[in-house]
Amino acid sequence: MSRESRAATALLLLLSVGVPAPGQTAASAPDRSKPPALGPVRPLQLPPVQKLRLSNGLPVLVVELHEVPVVQVNVVVRAGAGADPRGKPGLASITADLLDEGAGSRSALAIADELDYLGADLRTRAGWDASAVALHVPVKRFGAALPIFADVVLRPTFAVAELDRVRKDRLTELLQLRDEPSAIASVAFANALYGRDHRYGVPVIGTETAVRGFTRADLAAFHERVYQPGNSAIVVVGDVTAPAVQAQLEQAFGGWKAANPRTPAAVPAATQVRDRGIWIVDRPGSAQTEIRIGRIGPPRSTADYFPLTVMNTILGGSFTSRLMQNLREQHGYAYGARSSFDYRLSTGPFVAGAAVQTDKTGPALTEFFNELGAIRRTVTDAEVAKAKNYVALSFPSEVETTGDIASKLEEQFVHGLPDGWLDSFVASVGAVTAADVKRVAEQYVDPAKVVIALVGDRRKIEAEVRALNLGPLKVRTAAEIFGPR
Amino acid sequence: MPGAEVTFTASDRKFIGLGEIMTRRFASVLIAAALVLAPASLGGQETARLSVPYTQFTLANGLDVILHEDHTVPLVAVNAWYHVGSAREKPGRTGFAHLFEHLMFEGSGHVPEGDFDNWLEAAGGDNNGSTDTDRTNYWETVPSNALELALFLESDRMGYLLGAMSPEKVNGQRDVVKNERRQSYENRPYGVAFLKLSELMFPPNHPYHWPVIGSMEDLTAASYEDVVQFFKNYYGPNNTTLVVAGDIDPVEARRLVEKWFSDVPRGAPVPPLSAPTPVLGEEKRVTLEDQVQLPQLFLGWLTPSYFHPGDEAMDVVARVLAFGKNSRLYKRLVYDLQIAQDVSASQNSGALGSMFLVTATAREGHGLSEIEKVIAEEITKLKAQPPEARELERAVNQIESAFYGALERVGGFGGKADRLNLYEFYTGRPDYFAEDLARYTSLDPLDVQSAARAHLRDDARLVLSVVPAGKKSLAVEKKP
Repeated sequence: MSRESRAATALLLLLSVGVPAPGQTAASAPDRSKPPALGPVRPLQLPPVQKLRLSNGLPVLVVELHEVPVVQVNVVVRAGAGADPRGKPGLASITADLLDEGAGSRSALAIADELDYLGADLRTRAGWDASAVALHVPVKRFGAALPIFADVVLRPTFAVAELDRVRKDRLTELLQLRDEPSAIASVAFANALYGRDHRYGVPVIGTETAVRGFTRADLAAFHERVYQPGNSAIVVVGDVTAPAVQAQLEQAFGGWKAANPRTPAAVPAATQVRDRGIWIVDRPGSAQTEIRIGRIGPPRSTADYFPLTVMNTILGGSFTSRLMQNLREQHGYAYGARSSFDYRLSTGPFVAGAAVQTDKTGPALTEFFNELGAIRRTVTDAEVAKAKNYVALSFPSEVETTGDIASKLEEQFVHGLPDGWLDSFVASVGAVTAADVKRVAEQYVDPAKVVIALVGDRRKIEAEVRALNLGPLKVRTAAEIFGPR
Repeated sequence: MPGAEVTFTASDRKFIGLGEIMTRRFASVLIAAALVLAPASLGGQETARLSVPYTQFTLANGLDVILHEDHTVPLVAVNAWYHVGSAREKPGRTGFAHLFEHLMFEGSGHVPEGDFDNWLEAAGGDNNGSTDTDRTNYWETVPSNALELALFLESDRMGYLLGAMSPEKVNGQRDVVKNERRQSYENRPYGVAFLKLSELMFPPNHPYHWPVIGSMEDLTAASYEDVVQFFKNYYGPNNTTLVVAGDIDPVEARRLVEKWFSDVPRGAPVPPLSAPTPVLGEEKRVTLEDQVQLPQLFLGWLTPSYFHPGDEAMDVVARVLAFGKNSRLYKRLVYDLQIAQDVSASQNSGALGSMFLVTATAREGHGLSEIEKVIAEEITKLKAQPPEARELERAVNQIESAFYGALERVGGFGGKADRLNLYEFYTGRPDYFAEDLARYTSLDPLDVQSAARAHLRDDARLVLSVVPAGKKSLAVEKKP
């Protein structure tokens, strides 16, 4: 029976007992004068994190999740782009990229063929703080995928032909970034904020000059130096049991020996912005101006993590945030506007931004500065309560899937977060007070000391930007932002 | 555009990364279900039958309701599909279905402007909506104690939107949508192609001819009166399916749905939408210029509609051609010859027609004719000879894994609730998971070959070159 005919039958039956005819309002309309009260919150019961070790000391964190017959297994190495040697930005990234381009006895094509055939999803990546190899696979095929996974982590071949091929891909990717206004803005902002001598001033994937220079020896040495069991952990989330998976991992990773364990040097804390300045990157004909405004933020280890999270939710971290409401809902200058703290091992950026229509660039900047100033002066108790609820009560949706939980466990390992932090997350948010929010807004958001990066049609926006007197204005070219080709 | 995730589905509340818009969402691959593993009878084969148990009922006003229990986390997904998309738009009002979607978040008869979001966020909930050619969907994912709040909000805008509508609200969201168009298309590399594709592929009398985002001119012309009429025509409960999935007690959830939706008046009957099967009667060669460094090629063919015979085979053709290092086009263009930066293929399925797309970006020093020639060779090969058994198995195994993987989330776009609604809309059967997977597992290599033969015709395709401004010589050459 089709949906339509089923509906018709239901209607017929109800009509026969005197329910209002179609188009009329039912007699028992509910009380819509106020939103219905919320029931008691049902607590989130996360399955326990089981901490194990392999015989070589490699920590293994396991969360059993038996809803779907899949498993997520990530090897995480506590060294990412922040560990790139001086003058070689992008080395961690390209090393991670090459891991599955030939490993053990298999070629790049053989690895891809076997994993695809198993329906396995294997990804290698390097971020600022860590490198990782992540495997998502139906549990019934985990055993078959595991030896390939271990080869990729432990025995990459770094064949020169594969390096040269991936190098071309990287160089093209860097070239294509110059087409994307949002990417140009982000790279220009990092340049302006950190300078090109600080690692955070250049993208994770590096520069053309560095990428052209990488040799097989660079990659092999980086891999040998930082892919160490003493510097790594395995996180496992899914439809497995801890003892069984420990035995499987022991076989695959138990023989991984520390060659010469060294903790990679930390990225130095960046110098805070002392005044205000603007960079404009000209992009003639742009329909919008990409805006980035920000300064140096704290590392992930900051004691202010929870107050900052609540404060940023109010400022630009949610749909009802002040920036979104102002720039989008009130003025219609943009499709969206937001702010964020990028928490890293060292001092990542705080940034607010939007893509605004070209002819509203000046007014949009004014509104950004209004909001960056206002958050330091007044925050209402109602805003704080709403933001705390939003962050705390939506937490279950951040730990729903095997991949979600695995990334939380990675965060725990990389940043040395205490056991039980996931269980106490909601309470930690709950402990934030309005005074905390006000204090961190004053401390971390200072609109007088920010860098501003704009990407847009210079001819149309420069005069009105200058008229705002925000600070000295410099015009930058793509070559200056991205480095020579 | 069919299965419009490719270009124009607009996720309106959050930023979408560049990848999102460009992502070919293989609608038939992104699957969700709370899994019930029933013993299968395939002689010892470890095979699970996918099933998402549900209950279904219809209110007197015609609202179709589907409930599904999953207690993994204390979350509930409320997901409404209004069976109207851009295909229902009138000439001169392109982009209207999507503009209307924006207005659904701006308050309703008993919900002041802004409080839809304020109340949901205060309860720890998230929400969003999207529009494509065929339907408009809305969802709230909330902690399970806030289910009634979500139902109140969803029912209030279904029943009482116009009580709070005003020309000022229309003007406000018109500006936002214009900025969405600028951000997602005009100011994005190759965005110009995505504004043109549907127009080049579908004839003017077909309702997929115009882009979901619409033209600036038509967005300017949209009026408050249009909003009133569109709501009356298409936003009745009788044109809608509501899914409530997650941490629910089905008896209580049904009581709450009846409480909040029963007073919503039935709308006008919505006649089924039909269109002549679109035909591309020739090979069209078109060149566009854009502010980009490298040329990009789009090859397009019209293919069978969503869930119609051949639709699934074209999904597999896409995988054989361009998924993974060993896929035919990737291996030749990107791995061996290294003349392309990327290549992708996708079957973009819609109720009234589908579009099969192959896209590739040339590396520096290479033009699109060179790329097109290799693609043509590989397609000719696939038409001449069925794929190897292992190629087909590899593709189907990946599809099967994607089914499992997508079972993990209950809410949001592509979550279980959204998927139940999708199957209900396109097949009339919410729990179509096993049948959908079986569409792929039952294919043999000859099916794939014959689909390629039938649909990837040289004399009925679009060849669209997007080249850096002033470099038309990089385009695919004109027809001899």
